[in-house]
Amino acid sequence: MRFAVIVFPGSNCDHDAYYAAKEVLGQQAEFVWHKETDLRGADAVILPGGFSHGDYLRTGAIARFSPVMDAVRTFAAGGGPVLGICNGFQILLEAGLLPGAMLRNRGLKFVCEHVHVRVEQTDTPFTFACRSQQVLRMPIAHGEGNYFTTPEELRRLEQNRQIVFRYVDPAGVATDESNPNGSLQSIAGICSERRNVVGLMPHPERACELSIGSRDGLVMLESVVKAHAAGTLAAAGSASV
Amino acid sequence: MRARVFVTLKPSVFDPQGKTIVDALHSLGYAGVEDVRQGKYFELEVAAESTDKARSMASEVADKLLANPVIESYRIEIG
Repeated sequence: MRFAVIVFPGSNCDHDAYYAAKEVLGQQAEFVWHKETDLRGADAVILPGGFSHGDYLRTGAIARFSPVMDAVRTFAAGGGPVLGICNGFQILLEAGLLPGAMLRNRGLKFVCEHVHVRVEQTDTPFTFACRSQQVLRMPIAHGEGNYFTTPEELRRLEQNRQIVFRYVDPAGVATDESNPNGSLQSIAGICSERRNVVGLMPHPERACELSIGSRDGLVMLESVVKAHAAGTLAAAGSASV
Repeated sequence: MRARVFVTLKPSVFDPQGKTIVDALHSLGYAGVEDVRQGKYFELEVAAESTDKARSMASEVADKLLANPVIESYRIEIG
């Protein structure tokens, strides 16, 4: 399986994502510079974390206009699996590939710690191998992860089961204390209506080996590999765009 | 022609920075400042033949880039 890791000016988790896909999972992985217009036959696309364009204006606001985003949009429209991690999630929101927006963290601080999230939906390409309600321990590192959307959009997200991850305590209960940034309804990650585009603030790619504190994130990348092997990903998603 | 674009969070959106600023003002003794909302201010130098055209261009770029319609609204002044 071929992963494309998109590199924006200011991405800083691109090598982590590449390493997780290539070295930990043993899959093919390629960096794709944001000025490129072709995903080179990728089967899955990762928008990594970082500070694209210095987070100027708003997080992800400039990156959404990068030339490669047209290819990502076409790939997603064809059903291809797209994972946005942290800044990658913020870019997907600004690009309108996922609904909502990010606000400054409730406590105004940049939060850098391990948190627990609960898997709410297992029928996305990136949670395919998870157990329902499975609790994963992964790191977060962000200043703008306070997820916000309108009440109408929130209702739609709930009705369509698009809330994929919630911040919880180690026992799997969503409490105010377990919400690190003030996100609406403790939302840590969501998916598109079609379920193939997934964004989350925690970093699964930085939680793939026990030597760095957790391997709970590995299941997310294994999910897409298994989904690909099982042929459950949309055929158009595998096509070169 | 100069267009000024003021971007602010919508009233329904919580502003953690504004809240922190108003708390700081209260601790400085300015109890009379009841609320603060922080926003962004842009000055655009626009090549346009009329104020209407300048306004419509400023509005277009505000919609497209300067403001995020999910959380923000904006106001434009020309000249």
